[in-house]
Amino acid sequence: MSEYFRDIGNSVTTILTGMGITLRHFFNAVKRKGDAGIDDDNYFAQVDGLATLQYPKEAIPTPETGRYRLYCDISDCIGCKQCERACPIDCIIIETVKVTKDDLDVCGKTSGGQQKRFWVPVFDIDVAQCMTCGICVAVCPTECLYHTQVSDFSEFRRENMIYHFGNLSKLETEAKKKKAEEEKKAAPKPKPKPKPAPEVQPAEGG
Amino acid sequence: MNTGLLLPNSFPFVMSTSLNAWSDALSDLYLLGLPLGLVIIAAIPLVFIALYALTYGVYGERKISAFMQDRLGPMEVGKWGILQTLADILKLLQKEDIVNKSADKFLFVIGPGVLFVGSFLAFAVLPFGPAFIGADLNVGLFYAIGIVALEVVGILAAGWGSNNKWALYGAIRSVAQIVSYEIPAAIAILCGAMMAGTLSMQQFNLLQEGPYGFVHFYLFQNPIAWLPFIIYFIASLAETNRAPFDIPEAESELVAGYFTEYTGMKFAVIFLAEYGSMFMVSAIISIVFLGGWNSPLPNIGSVALNDWTSGPVWGAFWIIMKGFFFIFIQMWLRWTLPRLRVDQLMHLCWKVLTPFAFVAFVLVAVWEIYVK
Repeated sequence: MSEYFRDIGNSVTTILTGMGITLRHFFNAVKRKGDAGIDDDNYFAQVDGLATLQYPKEAIPTPETGRYRLYCDISDCIGCKQCERACPIDCIIIETVKVTKDDLDVCGKTSGGQQKRFWVPVFDIDVAQCMTCGICVAVCPTECLYHTQVSDFSEFRRENMIYHFGNLSKLETEAKKKKAEEEKKAAPKPKPKPKPAPEVQPAEGG
Repeated sequence: MNTGLLLPNSFPFVMSTSLNAWSDALSDLYLLGLPLGLVIIAAIPLVFIALYALTYGVYGERKISAFMQDRLGPMEVGKWGILQTLADILKLLQKEDIVNKSADKFLFVIGPGVLFVGSFLAFAVLPFGPAFIGADLNVGLFYAIGIVALEVVGILAAGWGSNNKWALYGAIRSVAQIVSYEIPAAIAILCGAMMAGTLSMQQFNLLQEGPYGFVHFYLFQNPIAWLPFIIYFIASLAETNRAPFDIPEAESELVAGYFTEYTGMKFAVIFLAEYGSMFMVSAIISIVFLGGWNSPLPNIGSVALNDWTSGPVWGAFWIIMKGFFFIFIQMWLRWTLPRLRVDQLMHLCWKVLTPFAFVAFVLVAVWEIYVK
């Protein structure tokens, strides 16, 4: 019998405790929970108030070291295609055109001071496929490929997920192709070894 | 009758404010030779249920639950999401009304109707202030308790007619629960009836009227009254299938219980019935123990707070506010307590609430006869 009354007493006290907790939270809903992150010292001290972030309107900044959307700084790209080859899911597509000798100055150098020897008319990254593994970043010799802090890049159309980084227009590309073709025809003799030619060939064909 | 149409007596809001004056005037109102006043009397609680379910019931509960859980609740449709319920209703109206192939069509269709009528009929004896009551029956309280039991039939019809295991389980649990909890609820209400010596809903309010406001309420008139008050409140939670007694719908066990198969407006009607009976039990508890439409504010010397806050419109305000207060407690409990198991539910009903209700009954009777 005493257990029976103890049970009732327990129920009443626990119910009242629980109701006290929910009521405290109810009245604290006029406040916002602090913005301290998990690495903050007072993270566990800020338990009162609304915790919801209204996401598209407000967001917690992604960490500075965050690796999300892939970005290519095309002005530093030398068109070596190592990233395209390294990519395990082939989400990078690059087309290059060899730079003719007289255009070398126009094409310029990378920020590291390396002479660029290829135009890069097509540098497409399919960010919908990209799994942010970072292998392309590791192999890039000029460090022009990197993951940015941008984590939300949803689109309504699939095509918009393919990012075009190429920096030549179609007309320019045609002109550069023609130029490269002419130069190749003009100077075939000093090069007895045809080895490097096939490497350039598919790129021109494409 | 048509000649009297434009006289002030035809317009209840400018009429005298004596007991039941508005509803009496409405019941005598004939338009085009038809007793449309009676229809208006029935329509007022209906509109009230719909409005309150729309605003406080759905939107308020979502907001209250959100705040209790440190969330924001609906925020997108309109400022602070106030139009969210309207958007939901538009969605419900467009939903296909599905009656599944193997359902018992008659029971399936009639279930939500019986359910809603059951909870709505009790509003007939609910006084919305001193001047308005649907029907001032001399057995009003008994009628209210009895007619709400009609809901059981609707729930069973819905659960059985769905031809769905979840629905049937939900219906069986619901019937077992409602029938069991009617006993402590009725005995607790009987304590109130003993204090009043009447079953008429308006008489309950009149007997708790007085210049000192809440002091005249039965909860404070009798030292044992808090016990039947709490017992009736707990039992009424179970009767309306509210948490922590929501095992008939138990969304984590039974999908949605007896209304698993319902879609569109039938689903909405079931929800409306739930909100209707939530207000009903809250109104009954506030009439029996907390003075109904009487103002709780006391007259303090020349500051006649009670007199200033009494009258037909104030009466409606007070009873609705008291009802809303208890609905707030129901919501508060819902977002605090976990659901009871079936055996715990029966334990609470038969081994705790019922004996305590009998004890309260005896103590209240002794107090009323020998002490008062």
